[in-house]
Amino acid sequence: MRNVIAGAALALMGMTGAALADGHANYPDRPVMMVVSYGAGGATDFQARIVTMTAGNEDALGMPIAILNKPGAGGRVGWNWFATQAEPDGYTLSAYNVPHFIAQSIKGGVEYSTDSFEPIANWGADPAVFVVAADSPMNSMTDVVDFAKANPGKLTFSGAGLFVGHHIAALQLEKAAGVKMAYIPTKGGGAAAMKAVIAGDVMGGVNNLSDAFRAREAGSVKILGVFDLERNAFMEDVPTLMEQGFDVDNASVNFRGVMVPKGTPQGIIDKLAATVPTMFENKRVAGKMKAGGSPMHIMNREEVQAMWAKREETLKELLAGL
Amino acid sequence: MEFLFYFGDVFTPFNFGLLLLGTVFGLIFGATPGLSPTMTVALAIPFTFKLEPAAGLILLGALYTSTVAGGAVSAILLRIPGAPANIATTLDGNAMAAKGEGAKALQLSFLASLVGGLLGVFLLIAVTEPLSRWALAFGPSELFWIAILGVTIIGSLDGGSLVKGLLSGCIGMWLATIGFDDMLGAQRFVFHPSLGGGINIIAALIGLFAIPQVITMFAGGRVDAAAEVIKVQKHRISDAIRELMRRKRAAGIGTIVGSIIGLIPGVGGQIAGLVAYDQAKKLSPERDKFGTGHSEGVIAAESANNAMVGPSLVPLLTLSIPGSPTAAVLLGGLLIHGIFPGPDLFVNHANVAWTFINSMLVGQILMCVIGLYISGVAAKIAQVPKHVMAAVVLALAVFGSYSVQTSMGDVYVMLSLGVMMYFLERFGFSAAPLVLGLILGPIAEENFAQGAMIANATDGLGPYFLTGGMNLVLIALVIASIAYSAWMELRSRRYISKEEIIQ
Repeated sequence: MRNVIAGAALALMGMTGAALADGHANYPDRPVMMVVSYGAGGATDFQARIVTMTAGNEDALGMPIAILNKPGAGGRVGWNWFATQAEPDGYTLSAYNVPHFIAQSIKGGVEYSTDSFEPIANWGADPAVFVVAADSPMNSMTDVVDFAKANPGKLTFSGAGLFVGHHIAALQLEKAAGVKMAYIPTKGGGAAAMKAVIAGDVMGGVNNLSDAFRAREAGSVKILGVFDLERNAFMEDVPTLMEQGFDVDNASVNFRGVMVPKGTPQGIIDKLAATVPTMFENKRVAGKMKAGGSPMHIMNREEVQAMWAKREETLKELLAGL
Repeated sequence: MEFLFYFGDVFTPFNFGLLLLGTVFGLIFGATPGLSPTMTVALAIPFTFKLEPAAGLILLGALYTSTVAGGAVSAILLRIPGAPANIATTLDGNAMAAKGEGAKALQLSFLASLVGGLLGVFLLIAVTEPLSRWALAFGPSELFWIAILGVTIIGSLDGGSLVKGLLSGCIGMWLATIGFDDMLGAQRFVFHPSLGGGINIIAALIGLFAIPQVITMFAGGRVDAAAEVIKVQKHRISDAIRELMRRKRAAGIGTIVGSIIGLIPGVGGQIAGLVAYDQAKKLSPERDKFGTGHSEGVIAAESANNAMVGPSLVPLLTLSIPGSPTAAVLLGGLLIHGIFPGPDLFVNHANVAWTFINSMLVGQILMCVIGLYISGVAAKIAQVPKHVMAAVVLALAVFGSYSVQTSMGDVYVMLSLGVMMYFLERFGFSAAPLVLGLILGPIAEENFAQGAMIANATDGLGPYFLTGGMNLVLIALVIASIAYSAWMELRSRRYISKEEIIQ
């Protein structure tokens, strides 16, 4: 009997050895889990569910991806868990939000940095925009900056929390225009910040392009500028900050994509990096994302690595004074 | 009356089947601790990917209405409020179940839900436009005063002592400060990784209400279990309807308070039930019976939390601003089908919008019918021997708190708060004021911090918080509420001291 068990154990070891040796050709042989550091129903969760819905197809991973929400503290809870507790075996992926997690790691108090994760691919880019209520006298970013110059520190504008894309955009605007304004962070995410603008609690606000687009359709806001390098297809008529004479790049754009923990075998990373971008290109995915007003921006692993490095550099400089 | 034209769409066999399915599953999920309405709706969104927009929304609408009502089942029978909306229901509902009146409590809660729910949806249909302006009238200063007004009702939630009620309210507010503060970017009282995200309200609710009861049941041992089996009284539905008719005041207060508070973005759903309970108690001649298993308590709480469902969607449907977490999830459900809510929603997508609203009306009725049908059977849970019950509740509590964010941290938080509450209860403190502090603390703090930032940049603190019509009305209400509690406290104290003199 003992021999049988020993034999079985040896056979098992042999099998795992073979799996390791063949460069994870069988990966994935069971469903994959993807951590989303925000609550169910939020924009990141919503998009993550759409872009992973075709994972089970033969031309994608061949196994479904299940979403696991670990919300809390602006994403810190989920990313802390992912950096310290997740198994680096390729079966636990996570969604990332740049600049959020990079800015948080620069400010400290968290257990991760860009070195804790390996990017796989990027699926979306949601730029920040500057909005004012529909009845506001301000009609361009120049109006906004002129008011701020005349009334230093008195122009109130909302955004979703600290060290998120909106906050970065606010800091960039203040720096580029050389003015002091009053950034009012809200707790309930972009929706609460938008409500503050529409209700007139604040004079303006930084918000997500997709949400601002809907609010403008509803006739409640004007969009004065896009915090990105070029105009957006959803609103060709809105100029970028750069066009209006302010030196603001795309550092605040909310990039969303997939990553794995450091230490995941290279074979698995390579396989994911090859399959995941094509999975995002699926027509059904693109259709659903467009319907939801979520701008897509697919980038491969190398492009994301470059983007992370560039972002980290810009943010370190921007946040140094805070 | 445009909505009548679209009723046909609800009754096509497929759509009606979905509605029925959504209602049944909603009741089950609502009754399961830890599965809040928000999460149930979020989990259902992927199922709507392949459905027609109208059919998908029927499913989501049915789930939303019935999970809110289903939460009453676990609140009454197990003393686990499924969501903050059901806290007030546990106060009298569970006391009724303990007396063997579980069937009556459940029937009343479903009937009251129906009354509140229908009126709430009618309000949504009739006066959407003015309501959306009302929803926007609450800025940081007004929300701050609302939260303070909420704190003043602590006195009436604790039957025993005002001082102990206030003290547990303070404990709740302190617990609420734990975690990462988004306004100032600071970490507070995070001494264990489980607390990084703060204390999750649902995990806390489960711990604070269910665990002390579990410990008490275990402490009883199992020898005397057979001795005190509760006799579950049968209760006829017609009697429940008659009871509801007799308690018009409670149902009316619940519905009105629920509809008004439900509109306030970010605050409404959580405190509608508690505020309605407080008002019903203050205006009732039988206010002393509240907390001991009085039917008015259940009626006020349940009519309020379902009345809030319709109005809570107003900011979403008219302004495209989700006013509650559940509304945010529903927004996702609309967007996935390329439907952008806004003032022209009822013009561009009339069939989808009206079918959705109609499905909530029909869903309320189905929910009530199914709920009444299961009430009699479900109430028999009270006959389960206590030691078995304790084990089941404990298992549900662990499962429920884990499933909120799939995190063991929440389970630790739930258990530690539960054990703490067990000892607090033995010293005469109660859980409801503590939970109120936990809910209102962050609302008050966040809005004060935000208001202060705006005020410092503009007119200064004093004018910002103390002027303006709405602020003054709210401040007057706060003062009136405190004065009322103080007067009641003094009156009862004088009464006691007289008695002591006689002795």
